[in-house]
Amino acid sequence: MSGNHEAVVRDPLILGKKTYHQMTEDICRPIEGKANKWWWISFVIAFIAMIWGVTCLSYTIGNGIGTWGANKTVGWAWDITNFVWWIGIGHAGTLISAVLLLFRQRWRMSINRSAEAMTIFAVVCAGLFPLFHTGRPWLDYWMLPLANQFGSLWVNFNSPLLWDVFAISTYFSVSLVFWYLGLLPDLATVRDRCIDPTKRFIYGIISFGWKGTARDWHRFEEVSLVLAGLSTPLVLSVHTIVSFDFATSVVPGWHTTIFPPYFVAGAIFSGFAMVLTLMIIARKVLGLQEYITMQHIELMNKIIILTGSIVGIAYITEFFIAWYSGNMYESYAFQNRAFGPYWWAYWSMMTCNVITPQLFWFKKIRTSIMATFVISIFVNIGMWFERFVIIVTSLHRDYLPSSWTMYSPTFIEVGIFVGTIGLFFVLFLTFSRLFPIIALAELKSILKKTGNQYKKKGIL
Amino acid sequence: MAKRIYGIFDDEEALMHAIPHLKEKGVVCKDVQSPFPIHGIEALIGTPRTRISIASFLFGLTGTSFALWMTWYMMIHDWPINIGGKPNMMFYMNLPAFIPVTFELTVFCAAHGMAITFLLRSKLLPGVTAPIPHPRITDDKFVLHVDVKDESKVNDVAALIKSEGASDVLFKSMQFS
Repeated sequence: MSGNHEAVVRDPLILGKKTYHQMTEDICRPIEGKANKWWWISFVIAFIAMIWGVTCLSYTIGNGIGTWGANKTVGWAWDITNFVWWIGIGHAGTLISAVLLLFRQRWRMSINRSAEAMTIFAVVCAGLFPLFHTGRPWLDYWMLPLANQFGSLWVNFNSPLLWDVFAISTYFSVSLVFWYLGLLPDLATVRDRCIDPTKRFIYGIISFGWKGTARDWHRFEEVSLVLAGLSTPLVLSVHTIVSFDFATSVVPGWHTTIFPPYFVAGAIFSGFAMVLTLMIIARKVLGLQEYITMQHIELMNKIIILTGSIVGIAYITEFFIAWYSGNMYESYAFQNRAFGPYWWAYWSMMTCNVITPQLFWFKKIRTSIMATFVISIFVNIGMWFERFVIIVTSLHRDYLPSSWTMYSPTFIEVGIFVGTIGLFFVLFLTFSRLFPIIALAELKSILKKTGNQYKKKGIL
Repeated sequence: MAKRIYGIFDDEEALMHAIPHLKEKGVVCKDVQSPFPIHGIEALIGTPRTRISIASFLFGLTGTSFALWMTWYMMIHDWPINIGGKPNMMFYMNLPAFIPVTFELTVFCAAHGMAITFLLRSKLLPGVTAPIPHPRITDDKFVLHVDVKDESKVNDVAALIKSEGASDVLFKSMQFS
């Protein structure tokens, strides 16, 4: 089996002296042990934030969306900004698990499980905003093409908002299935290690009786490959359709053909930043530094340089075309973005998204954990401002000067946003205590190819 | 009565090495249970190539057809509405606006149809009890399933499996149909 071993010039992806059993021990430890102090502190903070969000959301349901700062001119504001931000964050998970699988990038195996979980939780947070923006969330089922009693009126398939309903629900459900099928073998590992019969019973139910026969693995791998092939165009289509929400309108600053690739690149950019933020904390707290190594962080930083540069070029192209097209409304919209009343949002976006990721060209910075963590936070903030700039600055100076206005959020809107961040972390922290956060079975299959001690054997 | 023997291996390379040798000596290697996928094992134990990707394609085709029919029925046939002057007299005129939904439904049906087929074919459902001959087969043990029809030869076969590198051999009586 000499073909099993990878070239020694490649750096090992699994450090330390690991055996299959040692890997099982390491990765099951956070599930089997007791939560430490830091886990409880973060959980309580996240839970309080979530409760605050639920309170603000209940107030909104009771009193209507008049409790928000959105007005007639700026009809989409804080909520749609948050929706696009969260959806974008979700994209890194699918990119890591599907696109990198098709490209046979082995380093994805240490991070794909938690990145996919992040995708699902981010889409849950994202979905809340449009559902509650309708104002009457109990009538949200009207968005589905159901036979109904309102005359034979159907949903409008010409509308990008309806495309969004299909895109987001498909994306959510397919990501969930992809993630859960991958979890089955690892849940079986946890099941077979359980001593407590109740836990064993529960993990037995949720692992669907996984037995790991050759035939099962053969099908499992085929299913993973085909799902990756299906998820790749899906993930590109989802943010494309989100960008169509803007691009198919006639609002200056929105009506541009550059939007789909620009939004997809931005989504991957912000998603990788969030994966880094989470992983840098998780590897430390859960003691997984030998599986999520400096090499993983550096590779993710390289993707951030790439997508960050695409986003930067998109900003400049938009500006250039606004001038070059000779369209006065378009050029006004862009002048207003950079030098109008929301100039601070625009320049925050430019600083965080265009300038800070370029620091990763320096090897010292992209291999520094602290610097990576700080820059990943900057990118998260910058990408939030990008959506705010696109939505609010374009709407607040529309075609009719008598309706020009300003927008500022109310504490209810801010509360809902903070609540979704709380919900996201509550879900992620719960996940890290109940499920193996590294794809154990997959990672075992590359131990002999890329494990540290096997590399050394190769040299000798 | 015939017997099933489980050869427990500590390493997948030893197992891969042992199977051709055992087959040469006429031992029937039925199946393998392992904690992770071993590439090339299907060919050794004679598992046919799965047709699940074909199933996925057919599910996807169903999704495409359903989406095309649905958009035609709702937007062109049942209740045509003039929306912003977009042409809706004929299906092909309005088709570009229906592509996103058609694509999404294709992916939806292909992915979920395939996932459900996989779970049903591999008998993976909540409540199914996994047949686990050794408690560490989801951790670091590799189990070779061998069927012996002639009970008098059981000990010989067991010794043979051990000599090929198995760390342990377990027995289970089973009824052949």
